[in-house]
Amino acid sequence: MTTLTRNPGTRTPRLPRTILNRTGPGRTGRGDARIALFFIAPAMIGFVLFYLVPTVRGIYLSFTEYNILGDPEWIGLENYEAIAKDPLFWNSLAVTGQYVLLNIGLQTALALGLALLMHNVAKSTIIRGALLLPYLMSNVIAALLWFWMLDYQIGVVNQFIEWAGLPRAAFFGSEEWAIPTQALINTWRHMGYTALLIFAGLQSIPGHVYEVAKLDGASAWQTFRKITIPLLRPVLVLVLVVTVIGSFQVFDTVAVTTGGGPVNATRVIQYYIYQRAFTESDFGYGSAIAVILFLILALVAFIQMKFLKGNESDLD
Amino acid sequence: MKKMKATGALAAAAAAVLALSACGGGSQAEAGKGEISYWLWDANQLPAYQQCADDFTKANPDITVKITQRGWDDYWSTLTNGFVGGTAPDVFTNHLGRYGELAENKQLLAIDDAVEKDKVDLSAYNEGLADLWVGQDGKRYGLPKDWDTIGLFYNKAMLASAGISEDQMKDLTWNPEDGGSYEKVIAHLTVDKNGKRGDEPGFDKNNVQVYGLGLNGGGDSSGQTEWSYLTNTTGWQHTDKNPWGTHYNYDDPKFQDSMKWFAGLADKGYMPKLETTVGASMADTFAAGKSAINAHGSWMIGQYTGYKGIDVGIAPTPVGPEGKRASMFNGLADSIWAGTKKKDASIKWVEYLASSACQDVVASKAVVFPALKASSDKAAAAFQAKGVDVTAFTEHVKNKTTFLYPITDNTAKVKGIMEPAMDAVVSGKAPVSSLTAANEQVNALFK
Repeated sequence: MTTLTRNPGTRTPRLPRTILNRTGPGRTGRGDARIALFFIAPAMIGFVLFYLVPTVRGIYLSFTEYNILGDPEWIGLENYEAIAKDPLFWNSLAVTGQYVLLNIGLQTALALGLALLMHNVAKSTIIRGALLLPYLMSNVIAALLWFWMLDYQIGVVNQFIEWAGLPRAAFFGSEEWAIPTQALINTWRHMGYTALLIFAGLQSIPGHVYEVAKLDGASAWQTFRKITIPLLRPVLVLVLVVTVIGSFQVFDTVAVTTGGGPVNATRVIQYYIYQRAFTESDFGYGSAIAVILFLILALVAFIQMKFLKGNESDLD
Repeated sequence: MKKMKATGALAAAAAAVLALSACGGGSQAEAGKGEISYWLWDANQLPAYQQCADDFTKANPDITVKITQRGWDDYWSTLTNGFVGGTAPDVFTNHLGRYGELAENKQLLAIDDAVEKDKVDLSAYNEGLADLWVGQDGKRYGLPKDWDTIGLFYNKAMLASAGISEDQMKDLTWNPEDGGSYEKVIAHLTVDKNGKRGDEPGFDKNNVQVYGLGLNGGGDSSGQTEWSYLTNTTGWQHTDKNPWGTHYNYDDPKFQDSMKWFAGLADKGYMPKLETTVGASMADTFAAGKSAINAHGSWMIGQYTGYKGIDVGIAPTPVGPEGKRASMFNGLADSIWAGTKKKDASIKWVEYLASSACQDVVASKAVVFPALKASSDKAAAAFQAKGVDVTAFTEHVKNKTTFLYPITDNTAKVKGIMEPAMDAVVSGKAPVSSLTAANEQVNALFK
């Protein structure tokens, strides 16, 4: 018996208290939580004050009639019913969709090309930095600069077009061109930044997979299609989620150039929200559209993450 | 969306601040000294009003005025945020298209008592201007500061080379059927790439070098400078009564015929297509030699006559089918925010702005026409001294050929409906009959 009790194997191991806390059943680790809360607090306060409270209030306002100077009056689902029947709301969805397709399609393709160039050809920091320049400019300044350069009557671009023997184009004024023009301007502004994100993704692909591909005699196109794209997928998905959300929220370019016109050709959803809420003092209606946009964006992001498997990497 | 939400929170915080400040007000609310804030949107007028403010402080050493100028585009939204956030200016320049809504939402201070007590002579203002600022509740919400009418700015050199005399410009006639002599002049002033004029055979309407008439835009609900100087010569009015009408008349055949003629000008190549006017301002394109005549407001005199190398004349708007000219008569006023903490000082400043002491200063700068009759004459003289004949604008007031800017409720919503509707018509994308449906939408706002 005595020998048995002396057996070191049966002795309770002396583990540090913290580990016991973490693994012990029924314990919650209050000490850590307090420290964690301390570090989370700054972000948390900002999140609650500037995101959570306004979002909840926005959702509440979407069920009211509210002109900001009076008191909100509860009207249930009336705003949503009116929106469903509002041709301008459906128009704004279509216009925004058109913008997003053009903007994201072009921007992602161009950014991918630029990133490949940065990765394989342009290794100079100055050239890589120069690609970011348009992004450093404020949206409003970029929009106004192009607004002047593309002006029909006295814009420099139309002067060149005329010298080339082509007819002048009303880039912002015609219903056909207004959205493509703005999509292109923002593509120009954002593609450098998007390229930088993709470039970072390219750098995380280990070099040895390329060496193996070379040994196997893969062509450049095969390497790109079978190695680069699959291994880049998690980064591409992230970039797409972020840029698509940003693209849906296009506002400043429209606000400083066409203001929703010609007719309703650029009345994008964010501008329509602004118009109803701030110009026409219908904050309840504006909030309701904002809630719908919120739901649309959540759905789009969910679909992208789900079907493009953004949280898995083929490297594992 | 972020912006929206943030504003929601601000609004909540602001409401709390408002509630608190309302409790703590008391004796302070009547304060007759300290610094008061004043907002205006026209940068051209800033120097004149800065001088008024300096003179005012000289006469009232315990009151200073801090003037802030904000561009028209964000003036009203900043002001609204200020009302909610408690940071609105004590006194601000107010517009006829906006004040109805502000008064209804109790953001404006009624100043009847002060006007009566201080014996402000309302008959000294140009006729009708003072009455504009009496709200639907019969209370006065502002004292008039200036007025404007519409005229035709023309390029003298282009007129000379077309062989059109300036006297001819003074006697233009217009009607919605064939456009009268106004259309003839516009056609003759239009020149295509090959040098052919708009009324000559072989004129190429798709390659126009100089348009006879410039275009500012579709004109949304009021058509202030775009078409109202024509449509309202036919006896048509925007609303059933003015001010405070409750029914708009965009479905009237008289109006639609006039708009049909107007939109037709672009089709004939005499006026730029609407899509080509998005961008540079109409005045700048005029200065670039792209149009020969521009119909515009009197507040633009300084800009048009300020361009170097262009000799500009101003003609009155054409005489319409009923034998009279017509011009929208718009007037601004200074109003006091209901939430001001310096009520007495603000009233003093508003009365000073509306007095001859300040309006004569404004007149001497020759930028706008002050509301006081005597100061108006001084402004005309100041323009004359600068070499600008402004009879085209003053004549409307003298001959009583003005009509008022349409003052109703829901003006922002009416504009929201009419802007795309008018754009569609003026750009030729929709027939004028489409305005009937837009009109129904507008009138539904008043039910």
